[in-house]
Amino acid sequence: MTKSTDNAVTVRNVYKNYGSTEALRDLSLDFPRGQLTSLLGPSGCGKTTLLKIIAGLLPATSGEVLVNGEVVKAPGPDRAFVFQDFALMPWASVIRNVAFGLELRGMAKSEREGIAEKYINEVGLSGFEHSYPHELSGGMRQRVGLARALSVDAQVLLMDEPFSAVDEQTRRKFQEDLLGLVKNENKTFIFVTHSIEEAVYVSDQIAILLPRPSRVMEIIRPSGFRHKDVDSIRREPEYLDIVDRIWASLRSYVE
Amino acid sequence: MTLFGYKLPNMSSLILWGILWEIVGQIELTFFLPPLSEIFATLIEIGGTTPFINALKETALAFSIGTFSAICIGVPVGILMGKNQLIDELLLPWVNLFLSAPLTALVPVLMVLFGFGLKSIVITTALFAIWIIVLNSRAGVRQINQSLVEMSKSFGASQLDALTKIYFWAALPEILSGVRIGFIRAVKGVIIGQLLISIVGFGSLFELYASNFLMSHFWAVLIVLFALSFIIAEFLAYLERRVDYYASRR
Amino acid sequence: MLAKHRANILKLISALVVFTAWEIAGRVPVSFAFPTFFESVSAFWALLIDGTMFKAYAETLKPLVIGILISAFFGIGIGLFVGLSRGFDWLVSPIFIVMQTAPLAALIPLLVMAYGIGLTSKVFVVCIMAMPVIVLNTGGAVRNTPANLIEMGEAFLGSRRQVIMKIILPAAFPIIFAGLRLGVSAGFIGAILSELKITPTGVGDIITYSRSIADYPSMYAAIASIIILAVLFLNVLERVENKLLQGSRKPSALD
Repeated sequence: MTKSTDNAVTVRNVYKNYGSTEALRDLSLDFPRGQLTSLLGPSGCGKTTLLKIIAGLLPATSGEVLVNGEVVKAPGPDRAFVFQDFALMPWASVIRNVAFGLELRGMAKSEREGIAEKYINEVGLSGFEHSYPHELSGGMRQRVGLARALSVDAQVLLMDEPFSAVDEQTRRKFQEDLLGLVKNENKTFIFVTHSIEEAVYVSDQIAILLPRPSRVMEIIRPSGFRHKDVDSIRREPEYLDIVDRIWASLRSYVE
Repeated sequence: MTLFGYKLPNMSSLILWGILWEIVGQIELTFFLPPLSEIFATLIEIGGTTPFINALKETALAFSIGTFSAICIGVPVGILMGKNQLIDELLLPWVNLFLSAPLTALVPVLMVLFGFGLKSIVITTALFAIWIIVLNSRAGVRQINQSLVEMSKSFGASQLDALTKIYFWAALPEILSGVRIGFIRAVKGVIIGQLLISIVGFGSLFELYASNFLMSHFWAVLIVLFALSFIIAEFLAYLERRVDYYASRR
Repeated sequence: MLAKHRANILKLISALVVFTAWEIAGRVPVSFAFPTFFESVSAFWALLIDGTMFKAYAETLKPLVIGILISAFFGIGIGLFVGLSRGFDWLVSPIFIVMQTAPLAALIPLLVMAYGIGLTSKVFVVCIMAMPVIVLNTGGAVRNTPANLIEMGEAFLGSRRQVIMKIILPAAFPIIFAGLRLGVSAGFIGAILSELKITPTGVGDIITYSRSIADYPSMYAAIASIIILAVLFLNVLERVENKLLQGSRKPSALD
């Protein structure tokens, strides 16, 4: 593999203006293939804007985003999005929600439901195929959202604060599961969060963004504890050091 | 309302009022209110007669064509208005105007334009129903959860897919509630149309009974109308409650 | 500049399109009974200049105003009792619910028999149209006063009378007012219906008379005038409502 294809996603000199307000200024960032990169920063720092530009949901004012060397102009099958508020269709059953991406591609019903079934199983929701979103807890709903993103088999998973709307215990479980997913799925994850601990816990690479206009302040690559057991990461000195360091540099930006 | 620890069902007080009506009728307090039992007897008597069946048929026909066209035009127009800013700004003033306008005043115009028959009544019915359907469909689309729209986009949904698979369903609770209110208005519209044109459907029956002072006949028809409109409204309210679960959780 | 007036410009364009279409349709003509827009406007002007219109409205508004006042007084009164007493609610509400859904216009021939063709019948028509929506909205608003507000009043030792006057009524006021507006709207329908069905007086007379002599421009003008009057008046009521409720959330009244 050559150096250039090592990055699944590349953001080059991206600007985003809303009228006269500058949301993103000259932002460049690489996302290594097969790894999880967090976009971390205080609220209003444009993390979600950047993620939506990568997804093709928002156009950049200038600059470009490359996914596997190709310029992003619109949403594509190489990327799948996991939403903060789950974005489940309340009128559709779990299995239809999970298979929705495939349904839009025109895949036959039996085929897409077979695939959906597999991923419902994988996220631990077997037995709930025919439940409706309002019958599930917040955590289970996000599992549906995750299964939907996995089932289209995109190489890049874009996650917009996916765990912020679930309770703390569920969140921890999700974080552990996410580590397993990164290890086994060989996908590239781009993960937006405002939780320092969460970012350090799950990431191979953390991009710290500063607000108004948004730019990259620092990139941190925690390496010492990546291979460690999920239970012991939070006791690692390196983990604690990085959390402290990030907080020290961010605290002055918190209103 | 509970009585002796037993919960009285909603609307059960109507039975009490019915009994009161019967008593008032029996003691012949007023000529205009015959006893309820007599009215029901009359109802059974005229229920099978041709004029009654014809009036019912004519009314049902006008009502169904009117409401059907109101839905077929109103829902797509409303969805379009909700999605497209320009169309919205062009049409909204008119929709609001007709929503609160006393449409009864238009019936004479419809009579001279479309004659004294079914056509005028159908149009009256549709005019009464359509504006609230448009407005509610629009509101339903407008309050759609933006991440559902982004979700469908991120999976590469086409415009048509988004419209039929996301927008329509997301707006369904509002659409249904618009249809329910629209139907209630349409019932009033169909009767107002028939009353003013007065040679078709129940309009002519009312005319006939009123001019011959057939009180119990008159009330029998009224009760049928009231009951039918109530059943239609309740049925639609039931449908609306069935999608309630997702209306409140977006 | 253009952007600021965009809404008004579009309204103007929209009106122009409709009036042009009207003018063209009148010139074709689509029907012998379809006058052009300008004919109707000049007929409107003529009716206005010679005072016919003012005399007509003095007549038309009489039953409307009396009917609305009666409906408001009794409607709000009954609504208060409905909202405050479970038993009264059970007893009375169903009648108004049925009245609300039923085509009450059908009662007109009966009212004419009972009260003749004079003012009484017309006032009655306005009342039966306007009252249900006022009662149901008042009742609902009073019944749904936030429980914590009432508990607050009781906790501070408010008497029943104080709680009603100082908490329940102010809390219910927005919806009561909105119900009143809907009542006025229904009252307009009643007033016009009674003039067209019972005896042609006021605006109903202009409509009926000009139809009988095939003076269609005057007929259209009269109809347009009553629609405009109703819409303007209801708009003013809505403005007043918004003014009174500044800050508080706009309630949704039941129609």
